[in-house]
Order: sequence, then C-alpha cells, then structure tokens
Amino acid sequence: MIVVEVRKLFGRPRTWVTILLLCALPTLVAVLLAVTEIGPRPGEGPTFLAAVLGNGALYPAAALGIVLPVFLPVAVSVVAGEAVAGEAGAGTLRYLLVRPVGRTRLLVAKLVSVCVFVLVAVAAVAVTAYVVGTSLLGTTPITSTATVSGTPLTAQELAVRTVLMVLYIGWSMLGVASLSLFLSTLTDSPLAAALGGLALLVSSSVLVALDAADVVRDYLPTRYWLAWVDLFRDPILWRDVERGVLVQGVYVVVLLGMAWASFTTKDVTS
Amino acid sequence: MTAPVISTRGLTKRYGRVLAVDGVDLDVHEGDRYGFLGPNGSGKTTTVRMLLGLVFPTRGEIEVLGHRVPRHVGRALPDIGALVEGPAAYPHLSGRANLSLLDASGPGGGWRTRRRRVGEVLEEVGLSGAGRRPVRTYSLGMKQRLGLAAALVRRPRLLVLDEPTNGLDPRGIVHVRELLVRLNEQGTTVFLSSHLLAEIEQLCTRVGVLDRGHLVTQTSLDSLRAPTGRAVVDVADADAALALLDGRVVQREGSRLVVTGLPVEELTRRLVRAGIGVREVGPERRTLEQAVLELTHAGSDQVDAP
Repeated sequence: MIVVEVRKLFGRPRTWVTILLLCALPTLVAVLLAVTEIGPRPGEGPTFLAAVLGNGALYPAAALGIVLPVFLPVAVSVVAGEAVAGEAGAGTLRYLLVRPVGRTRLLVAKLVSVCVFVLVAVAAVAVTAYVVGTSLLGTTPITSTATVSGTPLTAQELAVRTVLMVLYIGWSMLGVASLSLFLSTLTDSPLAAALGGLALLVSSSVLVALDAADVVRDYLPTRYWLAWVDLFRDPILWRDVERGVLVQGVYVVVLLGMAWASFTTKDVTS
Repeated sequence: MTAPVISTRGLTKRYGRVLAVDGVDLDVHEGDRYGFLGPNGSGKTTTVRMLLGLVFPTRGEIEVLGHRVPRHVGRALPDIGALVEGPAAYPHLSGRANLSLLDASGPGGGWRTRRRRVGEVLEEVGLSGAGRRPVRTYSLGMKQRLGLAAALVRRPRLLVLDEPTNGLDPRGIVHVRELLVRLNEQGTTVFLSSHLLAEIEQLCTRVGVLDRGHLVTQTSLDSLRAPTGRAVVDVADADAALALLDGRVVQREGSRLVVTGLPVEELTRRLVRAGIGVREVGPERRTLEQAVLELTHAGSDQVDAP
C-alpha cells in the first residue's frame, strides 16, 4: 500500500513540477549572485546568503534558507492537504476503502508518501544548490569553508552538518504535513486543507514576530524553524535545535493523533 | 432457505436532526438478484454505504457475508465488488493503470495474475479497446463500464451496485444486464440499488422498497406484481359491454375496460354470450411502477410549498 501511494504521488507530473519550481528559485538566486557578484552584506538578506559568495559549498544551506520560509511549507501543505481530501474530492476514496484498505493503513501510507516527498524535495534543493553553488560560486577551495562563526570546516564536517540540517528541516516540514493531513481528513476539498494549514502557519509566523505574544512564542510551530542555522556554528548551538525538535514532535504526535481519530470515525459520504 | 449474504436488524442512521435510514431489516440471500428501490433521497445510498463500512450506523446491526459490519468489514470486503454513487478514477491514468493500481492497493489481488485479470474484465465490460487511453478522455458510459470492471476484477461473491447503468445507452444497458445475469448464474449475489424501475423489473428476482428511510416492503418481484383481482378486457363494442356489465367497470380507456368483481372466465363467458367481440382478456397485474408508487411518497428532490 505504501509503495502504491508513493508511486501514485511520484507518478503525477504535478509533483515533479513542484520540486522543479522549488529548485528553480535558488538556482535563479545563484545565477544572479554569480553574474552581478553583489551579495547582501553580512547580517542582511536571507540566512547565509552573505557567506556563500566566497564558497559555493555552503550554498545548499543558503538555498534551503531561501525556500524554507515560504515555498517549502506551501509545497508540503499542498501535497499533504491533497492526501485524503484529494481522494475524497475525486471520489476515489470510497473505492480505496472498499477495496479494502484499512483507514489507519491508508493514513499511514499517505503520511509516508508525504514524508518521502519532503525528503526528495529537500534533497533535490540541496543537491541542485550544491551543483549550482560549486559550479557558479565555488571560487575558493573547499578547505576554506567556514562556519557562520568564522572557524574553518572540513568537507566531512560540512557533509555531516548538511545532513543534520536536511533532517531538521524535514522534521519541521513533518509538522506542516501533519497539520494539513489532519485538515485533509476533515474536508473533501484539498484546497481548503492546504490553505487552512498555511493560514495557521502564517498566523504562527506573525505571532513569533510579535512581542506581545511573548508568553506563547516558544510553543508556536514556526518558532524554531530557522534554528538549523545553529548547526553551522562552532561549536554547534544545540539548545534551539533540541527545543525545535521537541516542540515539533509534540505537534506531530498530537496532530497525527487527531488526524487518525478523525479519519477512522468519519462517515465517508464523498 | 439459503444463507443470508446481507442481513441488517434495526439499521438506523441519523445525520444531525435528519433520520436518513430508520429501522431497516434487510435480508439478501445467496444467489439473489436483489433490487433495492426507492425515490431519490429515500436513504438507498446511505444504506449501501453502511453495508460497505463507509458510513457508521447510529443504531442497529449489519452482517455481510457472515461478518459483522463495521467492526469486521475488512474481512467481508475482499469478497465484495462495489460501485457506489457513480464511478471514480484518476483522470491522468489509463483505465488499465487505474484498475491495476486499485487492485494493488488491497489484499486478495495477486500481482502475478493482475495483468490477465485486468485484461479479462476490461474485455468483459466492453472496454478492451480503450484500456490504454487516459480516463480523462472517457465518456460517461465508458467511466461507468470502468467502474463496473473495477468491481469485478477479483471475481467477488457479492456485487453491490448503485445505479450501475447510469449514463449507458440502451445497448450498453442490455450488455450490462446480460453480464450481471451471467455472473449471477455462476453464483454471484447481486445487490442492485436503483430508482429505475424498468431496470429492476427486468433484472431482479427480489425487491426491497425504501421510502423516507423505512423499508416499506421486501418480497419477491412476482408477489409485488401479483394479480389485483380485477380483469382487463379489450372489446369490440365498449358501450355495449359497459351496458352489459353495469357498474362493474371501474375504468375505461377507449375500448379497454377494467372490470371488478368477476373472474376472468365468467367475464369472458358473459361477453361472448352477449355477442360482444373480445380481443384480449386477462387478469389485471400491477406493474412494478404502480406497486412502488402506491408504497412510496414523492422523492426528496421534489419540494412542494407547505
């Protein structure tokens, strides 16, 4: 069932177009940077962008910094929102359930396929950015790759930290996926599920930036999204990353629990 | 009596304040061709969805193929083929790919035999020439045939079909009917829900009639169409017959008279003795349409002012 769902997701041209678009933006940014050589000054613009002009090997991290705040959550939310509501809207949900596919099983299969999508998307962005970064921006040898803190980083360390970053971002996106998947079990409209998930994320981002929301800030889902930057400090600043993993974990567990409870007791009338 | 394939006791479904299905006791036996009739909005589809575990009943018990539903619906479903409220398929995939994908999604469909089985059912429903085209390009009738094919892929013991001939042309309807009769003769129980009386009348052996959520009757088609006790006669001289029968004629349409209180034999004898030519005479039988109209109210899609 899981294999079938993954095949279904990646058999759709839509999925590949989404991934392609996700990779296109960082590529465009890299081209512009390479052509004009006008980088943002340190401390300005998207995370990391100031540092990459010198070494392209750091560009995957910068690229994920570009797509993470908006594009990646939109893509994940659309795919997760589509998961159940899309089948319901097309009428295929009832045929899957009487096939029979158990409801829990179907939900797990959908979740796994969304996870695979997240990983493929994040990896595709990272790989594209690495290729683009090293070929367009990689003017300095890799031994001089530095952390945000300014200390040098070996290629091996960089690789480990990039993998950690991909995992952390993947985990954050799993929170988004859980939210949209839960909404997806409530409605028969994939659009409503995706937009509902995004609306909550935007609200969360607004509150994070608001001083008056200080009391709840640390519990908001988007609070620690950018904490992966700390993985590129020396030594790694684990505090926010750990909290991010924990807060996101609570959201994932609660939302998936709600999605399961809602879907297994739902009257399928679509 | 053969084993029950579907049996429900006091099946009830309430949506908020609306009682969609109320205390329905269905009995479908092995080998039946069961027609489930009722006006639009009478609760047919809700009942079908409850039988398949898609909708959870508010009260009552369901047993399908010997398994409790919805608790053990997963054990019953592998032996059921269903078409619920119109077909559905992924439009960007071909008919063949849709069937394979659905077959691969659940238990009971081995991948070794999949290609052969899919090819067979496509041929059976008359789609073998269109199996490789994307479903997006299918007509309504072709989608309907594809839905039927999906129900048949694993040779189910029970077919639950909701309006299976929707969108088919007359030739397609005959094709599907012959297919269903053939499958039934090979042992498949057919549960067919429809508001098309002609379809049920030509296919089914037993009928259940649902009206406003109540099962108003459940009987064999023949007993529903039993003689009414009146006689219908077509005579050469209607006025003379009217005068002769004096008050026993309850209805007249041209030269056709409906006569009450006289057996057919006696009626014929009297007419012949009086020298009135008889073209046709016989007991009056209710059509299924009459029977159903007597038993049911207007469908929920007709909304009269209070």
